[in-house]
Amino acid sequence: MGRKLLTEHINVPGIDTFEVYRQHGGYRSVEKALKTMTPDEVVEEVKKSGLRGRGGAGFPTGMKWSFLAKPEGVPRHLVCNADESEPGTFKDRHLMSRLPHLLIEGMITSSYALGANTSYIYIRGELLYVLRILEKAIAEAYANGFLGKNILGSGYDLDLHVHPGGGAYICGEETALLESLEGKRGNPRNKPPFPAVQGLYARPTVVNNVESIAAVVPIINEGGDEYAKLGVGKSTGTKLISACGHLNKPGIYEIELGVPVEEFIYSDEYCGGIWKGRDLKAVVAGGSSVPILPKELILKTAAGESRLMTYESLSDGGFVTGTMLGSGGFIAMDETTCIVRNTWNFSRFYHHESCGQCSPCREGTGWLEKVLHRLEHGHGNMHDIDLIVSVAKQIEGNTICPLGEAAAWPVAAAVRHFRHEFEWHVTHREEAARPGAVYPGKAVLV
Amino acid sequence: MESTTAPVKPQFSEAAKAEIARLLTHYPDDRKKSALLPLLHIAQAEFGGWVSPEVQDLVAETLGLKPIEVYEVSSFYTMFNLKPVGKHVLEICRTGPCMLRGSDELTANLERITGAKVGETSPDGLFTLKEVECLAACGTAPIVQVREKYYEQLDSPEAVDAMLNELRNMVHRPLLPWEQTGLQHTQQ
Amino acid sequence: MAKITFDGIEIEVPDGTTILNAARKIGGDIVPPAMCYYTPLKGTGGKCRACLVKVSAGSAKDPRPMPKLVPSCITTVQDGMVVENTTNQQVLDVRKGIVEMLLINHPLDCPVCDQAGECDLQNFAFEHGMATTRYEEERRTFEKIDIGPYIQLHMTRCILCYRCVYTADQLTEQRVHGVLGRGDAAEIGTYIDNIIDQDFSGNVIDVCPVGALTDKTFRFKQRVWFTKPVNAHRNCENPKCSGNVVLWYKGKDVLRVTARKDEYGEVKEWICNTCRFEKKETSDWTIEGPTHIERSSVISANHYELPVVNPQVIADMPESTIRDLEQNPPLKLGR
Repeated sequence: MGRKLLTEHINVPGIDTFEVYRQHGGYRSVEKALKTMTPDEVVEEVKKSGLRGRGGAGFPTGMKWSFLAKPEGVPRHLVCNADESEPGTFKDRHLMSRLPHLLIEGMITSSYALGANTSYIYIRGELLYVLRILEKAIAEAYANGFLGKNILGSGYDLDLHVHPGGGAYICGEETALLESLEGKRGNPRNKPPFPAVQGLYARPTVVNNVESIAAVVPIINEGGDEYAKLGVGKSTGTKLISACGHLNKPGIYEIELGVPVEEFIYSDEYCGGIWKGRDLKAVVAGGSSVPILPKELILKTAAGESRLMTYESLSDGGFVTGTMLGSGGFIAMDETTCIVRNTWNFSRFYHHESCGQCSPCREGTGWLEKVLHRLEHGHGNMHDIDLIVSVAKQIEGNTICPLGEAAAWPVAAAVRHFRHEFEWHVTHREEAARPGAVYPGKAVLV
Repeated sequence: MESTTAPVKPQFSEAAKAEIARLLTHYPDDRKKSALLPLLHIAQAEFGGWVSPEVQDLVAETLGLKPIEVYEVSSFYTMFNLKPVGKHVLEICRTGPCMLRGSDELTANLERITGAKVGETSPDGLFTLKEVECLAACGTAPIVQVREKYYEQLDSPEAVDAMLNELRNMVHRPLLPWEQTGLQHTQQ
Repeated sequence: MAKITFDGIEIEVPDGTTILNAARKIGGDIVPPAMCYYTPLKGTGGKCRACLVKVSAGSAKDPRPMPKLVPSCITTVQDGMVVENTTNQQVLDVRKGIVEMLLINHPLDCPVCDQAGECDLQNFAFEHGMATTRYEEERRTFEKIDIGPYIQLHMTRCILCYRCVYTADQLTEQRVHGVLGRGDAAEIGTYIDNIIDQDFSGNVIDVCPVGALTDKTFRFKQRVWFTKPVNAHRNCENPKCSGNVVLWYKGKDVLRVTARKDEYGEVKEWICNTCRFEKKETSDWTIEGPTHIERSSVISANHYELPVVNPQVIADMPESTIRDLEQNPPLKLGR
C-alpha cells in the first residue's frame, strides 16, 4: 500500500472538527509558510513538487501560480474549483465533506503564496450540504486565528468564503466559474485575457481544483522535493482516484501515481475486480470526457507494456490507442455493457450541459445526441456512424472552451474502438433496441 | 388575462434577511450581483421549492438588479425550479456511472411507486420527479438528491422504500443553519 | 504599430487592432465573415466561430503557429503575425462546418422571411455552405411572439449572436430581454411577456443578422429587393438620435426606416424609435439621394445599379455562360 498524503487521517472520528484535525498535525503548513517562508518560497516548493492540476487538465500548478499578474494596488484572488461535475468523478466531494480543514488549510497556504486576501471556494450547488460543513469549519478557523486579520501574528490577512453554484457542469471551466461567481450565466469567456491577468472582477486570479489545493499542504509540510519522490517521472505525488461502474469495490482511492491499472482494478487493496464475476469490457479512465479504451488497451499499451496510473502512461499511444488520466474518474464497464447506449448517455450529458454560447457546441452536441439516440433505439443507418465522427470533428477545437472537446472525444473514441458494435446496432436494429441488449461479439482493436 | 386578485408580494423572512446580509459581506460593495446564486437558493428554500417570477423580482430588488438579469441566471442553472413543485423533489441522477448501476430501473420504479412521470408531480402532491445529470456520487450509484440530502446506493427495493418513507413522514423540511439561528433568536 | 501578413497581403495597423479589422482594412474577398461580432457593440464576438482563421506565425518574437484556429474578431494582432484565411483549406472546411451547424436548427424559410435579401446567414451560407444538409433530425421550433408594438421575435430563426442583448444593454435604460435557458434550448426572451418599449429598442432589428427580430410595421409589405433605399435625415428631438436614416421606398410610399449601415452591415449611427417607426412620410425627411448598395447585394439587382455577376461566387458556371460573360463583360460599378 502506497503512502497517503491527503487521506491518512480521513477515518479518524471527529477529524472534521478543528480540534481533532489540529491534533493530527493540521495547520502545520500554515504555520511553516507564514512564519518561516516568503510567498515566493511557497510557490517555489510547489514548483519543485511537480504537482499537476488535479481537476483534469494536468497543468503544473506551480507554473500556473507563477503566471499570476501582480500589478500594484490591484487585489488578487485565489478561487478553489469545487464544481466537481465530471461524470465518474467524486473525489472532491468526499475530501471536502470528510476533511474540510484540509482544504481550508491548503487555501490559506496557497492564498499566502499568491498574495490573495480574499479567496473563494466555488462549490457546485448540489453540494449545499458540503457547503454547510465547510462554512462550519471556516468559522472554526476564524475562531482559532487561522483566518481573518493578522493570521498567527504574521501580518497576513485572509478572508475565505464558500460560494454555491446552481447546477451547471460548465461552471467547472474556470472562466465560466468566474462568471458564475460574479452572479452571471456560466458562459465561458473568450481567452485571452486569461484569469491570471483578468479573472474574478477583472482582477488577477488563480483557479485551482480542490485536490490540487489540498496537495499543497503535504508539499509544504514535507518539502517539494520529498513530494516529487513519490510517483513516476512527471507524474509526481499521490492522486485520488474515484472508481465506479461495475467494480466489486467502487470508491475513492488515494494512490501513489504509478500503480499498474491491472493492479488497481483487480487487487483487493483497490477495486477488487469486476462485479458478479464478470469480465471487464472497457474503461473510461479519467472522467467521461476522456477516450474510452477496451480492456486490452487499458491494461496494456499498444506496445504491450503494462499500463500505469500516470499522466504519461495512460496517454501513451495518443488518442489512437491511449486515453488520459484526466480527473481520475475511473469508470469500469463489464461485458454486459452496451457501448452505444453508454456513448449516447454521455452525449446526452454534454448536450444538456452545453452553455449554448458558441455555435459548434450548441448545435453539434444536440446533433450527436439525437443521432446516437436513433442508433441506440434501432433507427440508425450505416452512414450515421461516419456522420457522428464527422460532427464530433467539426466541434473539436473550434469552440470557446474545452466542453467541445469533452463532447467530441468520447464519441470519436467509442466508434474508433467499438465500430462493430455501432454497425451491429444498424444490422440488428430490433435486437439492439431491446432493453439490456448487448453486442455479442468482441471489440475489434485498431 | 388580468388576474382578479393582485398577487401578494413575497417577502423574505427575518432569518433569511439576516442570512442575506451575512452573504453580502462576502463580496465587494460594488459586486452585489455575486450574491445572486446564493440568494436564489435561499429564495427557493423560503418559497416552497420553486422561484416564481414574483420571487425572482424580489431577488432582483434585493440586489438592485434588473429583473431580466435574474431570469437569465435562474433559467441557466438547473437547480432552480421555475414551476411549482411537489413537497419533495426527487432529483434522480441519470448519467453514465449511475446508469451502469441501475438508474434506469430506479427511475422506472419511482415512477411506478409515486404515480408521477419524470417532470411531473405525484397526484398526492408529495413527490416531483426530476432527472438530473451527474451528482458526483458515482461510487454509491444509483442516487437521488432531495434538497440538501443525498440518498445513495438505491439499488434495492428496501433502500428506495426507506427513502420514500422518510420523506413521507417528514412534516417540515429540515431547517437550514440560518433558520436555526433565526429560531434561537426568536426564542430568546 | 504592428505589421501583419494576411493571406499573403502585408498591412500595418495600430497595436490592439483585431485580426478581423486588419482584414477589413485590406477589404475585398479576403475579409472573414462575422455573424456575431459587431463593432459598435462592446463585448460582442467570439461566439459564432464563423470568422475562425489560422495564425501560422504568432508574432515576430514568437513565430510559432497557434495550435487552434482563432476567432479573428477578438484576437488582436501582434507584430510579425501571419494569418491565413481564404488561403487555408482547414479554415475553409471549418467554416463550411460552421454554416452547417448554424443551419441545422434554422427553418430555412427564406421565401417567407422579411430578412431575405439582406440576411447575413443567407449570404454566409451562400458563400461558404453546402447545397445539401446531413441533418435528418427534428428542428428546434418556437412560437412567434410580439415583443412590444413594433418588434416581432421569431426565435426559430435566431442564431444566438447576443447582439440584440448587447444593444439593449448599451443603448437603453432598462434592458428587459435577454438570453434565457441554455444550450440549444437557449432563447432570446423577456420571460414574463414584458414588452420592449424603450426609445432605442428598434435598433435590435438592425443588428439582428437574421430574421429573428423584424419590424412589424414592415412585415410582409415587400421583398427588400423591390424597394429603393434612399438616404435621408431630419432634426430629431431626441438628443441621442442622429436622425440619419435610410428610407426604403416602394413607389411613393416609405415602407420602412432603418439606420445606415456600412459595407459590413454594421450600423453607423443609432436611431430612435420615433424616427424608425413613426416617420413614414417623405415630408418628414430631407432627402439626400440614393443609398449606395454593395454590388453583390441582391437589393441592387432590380434598380439603378446594373446587375453585376461576380464569377468568383458562382462555382461551376456552364461553358456557355462563361462565353457570354467574356463577350459581354459585366459593367463594373462602385469604387
